[in-house]
Amino acid sequence: MTFVDSIKRSVGRGPRTDTPEPSSDVAKSVAGSASAVAAAPAVTAPAVEIAPTDPLFAYLQAASGVVDAERLELDSPALTELRAAHIRAIVPLVAQGELIGALYLGPRLSDQEYSADDRKLLTTLAAQAAPAIRVAQLVREQAVEIEARERLEQEMRVATLIQQQFLPRELPQLPDWQVAAYYGPARAVGGDFYDFIPLPDGRIGIVVGDVTDKGVPAALIMARTQSVLRGEAPRLLSPAKVLERANEILLPEMPARMFVTCLYMVLEPATGRVEFANAGHNLPYVRTADGVIELRATGMPLGLLAGMDYPEHEAVLAPGESVLLYSDGLVEAHGPAGDMFGFPKLRDLMDTERPGSELLDHLLDELHGFVGEGWDQEDDITLVALQRTGGFGLAGLAPAGQILLQVTLPGEQGNERQAMDLVAEAVAGVGLEPAKLDRLKTAVSEAAMNAIEYGSQSDPSIPIDVEVVVRGGDLIVRISDRGLGGPLGDSEEPDLEKKLAGEQKPRGWGLFLIKHMVDAMEIETHGTGQTLALIVHLEGAGDASNPVQR
Amino acid sequence: MPAIPFSAEVSGGPELATLELHGDVNAAADDALGVAWEAATDLGAGVVLLDFSDAAYINSTGIALIVQLLADAGHSGREVRACGLSPHYTEIFQITRLSDYMRIFEDATSAATAAAATPAGGER
Repeated sequence: MTFVDSIKRSVGRGPRTDTPEPSSDVAKSVAGSASAVAAAPAVTAPAVEIAPTDPLFAYLQAASGVVDAERLELDSPALTELRAAHIRAIVPLVAQGELIGALYLGPRLSDQEYSADDRKLLTTLAAQAAPAIRVAQLVREQAVEIEARERLEQEMRVATLIQQQFLPRELPQLPDWQVAAYYGPARAVGGDFYDFIPLPDGRIGIVVGDVTDKGVPAALIMARTQSVLRGEAPRLLSPAKVLERANEILLPEMPARMFVTCLYMVLEPATGRVEFANAGHNLPYVRTADGVIELRATGMPLGLLAGMDYPEHEAVLAPGESVLLYSDGLVEAHGPAGDMFGFPKLRDLMDTERPGSELLDHLLDELHGFVGEGWDQEDDITLVALQRTGGFGLAGLAPAGQILLQVTLPGEQGNERQAMDLVAEAVAGVGLEPAKLDRLKTAVSEAAMNAIEYGSQSDPSIPIDVEVVVRGGDLIVRISDRGLGGPLGDSEEPDLEKKLAGEQKPRGWGLFLIKHMVDAMEIETHGTGQTLALIVHLEGAGDASNPVQR
Repeated sequence: MPAIPFSAEVSGGPELATLELHGDVNAAADDALGVAWEAATDLGAGVVLLDFSDAAYINSTGIALIVQLLADAGHSGREVRACGLSPHYTEIFQITRLSDYMRIFEDATSAATAAAATPAGGER
C-alpha cells in the first residue's frame, strides 16, 4: 500500500474509525465543524488528500504536535482546501517517522481557541493512536494480499486442472516402439501440452506444443488448441493440412499477444515413417547410427497470421533410432551462473542409445544436475520420446541393425525393377552367393510390384518404401505400401493345371514366388497399408536350401 | 540396371518356329509377345521355341504371359520349348512347374534338334 493510499484512508474514508476524539469538547468541535459546514451532525470531516509533493505533507511529517491551520504559512493546495472547510487544527499521525494520516479539527463549539491542554491532549492521543492505526493498516494490507494470493492460487489450481484434463492419461502401446512422455509444469502454470492422436489409417499423431503466456488464459488456449487438433487430425491426416486448418480456426479466437508453437508428427509404427510439419516449435532430434540429426521444418506459430502454409516433411525412423520432441522449458533452463542448458547440450545427451523412458530420465537427471538445488523452474518442461526398438514382428532380435538402404519410390509401374536393383546394390557387400542374390532380387521385385499395383494402385504420387537392414544374422528387406487396394487376402495357391485349363487366372504368382525365394516372409498390416518383410539368413548363406529341392 | 524394353523376333518354319525374346519379360511385353506368338503360329509350326538367351528379367507377370502361350499351344496342339534360361530362371520355371509343360534346353541348337515331345505333357 502506498503512502498516498494511507493518507486517503485516514483522512478521507475513515475519520470516524481513524480519528480519535481527544476530548468531548474536541469531539464536539469536530462534530460542530461538520455541523457548521453542513448543518448535520452526521456529516463527516472533509476528505482532503495531501499529496506527497504538497509542502504540507513534509511539514506535517516533521511537526511535533498540533498544527494551527489558520496561522500556517505554506503555499499548499491542501492547506487552502482545509481552510476553506473551516479546519482550524491539524493533528499529524506519524508512525516510525512516516506520516500515515492526520486529524482535522474544526472550530470549538465555544468558538474559543484550542487551549494548550487541548493541544497537549491531542498530541498525546496522536502519538498513541498513530502506531495503532499503522498496525491496523498493515493488518488490512496483509489481509488484502492474502486474499489476492489465494485468488491467484485458486486460478493456478484451475489452470493446472485444465491442463491435466487435456494431457493424455496413458501412453499409446505400439509394438516395436517404446514411448515415453514427461510433463513438468513450472510453479506458474504455463501452456505446454502434448498429445497422441490415433488416426483412422492406423497411424498415430504426436503433438508437442507451447502456448505463450501463463496461467488460466494459456491453459484455456492450450485446451482449445488440443481440441482443434484432436478434431482435425483424424479428418485431414496430413500434418501440413492439420496445422493450416488449426491456424485458421485459432487465429480469430487468439487473444492479443498470444500464440501457439506446435510440432505435429504422424508416425506409421510399422514402417517407422514419420510425416511432420512445424508451427514455430523446437525441431525434434533424432538419434541415428550416424549421430544426432534435426528434423527440419519451419512454419509460423498458430494464431499469428492468416493464410499460413506449413511445409510437410518425411523421414523414416529405423530400428534402434529415437526421436525426441520437447518444449523450450528444458533448453532454456538456467543454471546458477545464469547460463542456459541449451540446444547443444541436449543434442549431445541424445547421442547415446537409451530407450524412451531411460532417455527422459537421463535428460532430467542432467537438467537437475545443471540447475542445482533450490532451482526455481521458470517454464513448463515437456518431453516426448519414441524409440523404435524392433520391427518385422520378430521379437527377441537385437533392437538395432545396420541399415543398408532406405528409399521411397513413386508407386509407378516399372519401379519394381528399380527397387530390385537398389536392393542388389545395397547388399553387394553382404556376401550373398549369386544364386541367393538372384532369388532375393526376384522376391524384391515381386514385393515391390505388389506394393505398386495394390498399395499404390499404380499411382506415382502414392509412394512405396524400401528398407534393407542387416540384423541378428539376417538380411531383412521391408517393402511397405499405403494400402489403397486394401489388405492382401489369402490368395489361392497358383495351380498351373488350373491356369492352363482356364480355371485360374494366368496371373497370381507373386506371393508364391516370394515365399520360395527367401527364407521367411512376413506380412505386417499398419492401418490399411502393409509391409512385406523378406528375410534371408546370412549365416551359411551358401548352404541355404534350394527352394526347388524343398 | 535400367529396364530394357521387350522385343521379339520370330524365325523358323512349319516344323519349328523360334521366338527370340529380348529385354524384360513383364507386363509391358504383353502386346509384343502376343504379336510375336501369332506370327510364330501363323508359320504353322508344330513346335515353338522360346529363346530366353537375351531376356534380362522375367517377373511374375511375364510368367503369366508364358502361361497364356502354353494354354494357347495346348489348345492348338503345339509343343513349346524353352532355351537360354539362366540357372535362376530355370529354377523359377521349375518352381512354377512350367518346366512340366515345356522342355528346357541349354541353347537353341539342342532345342531344335531334340525329338518331339511325348503327348502326355512333356519331360521333366
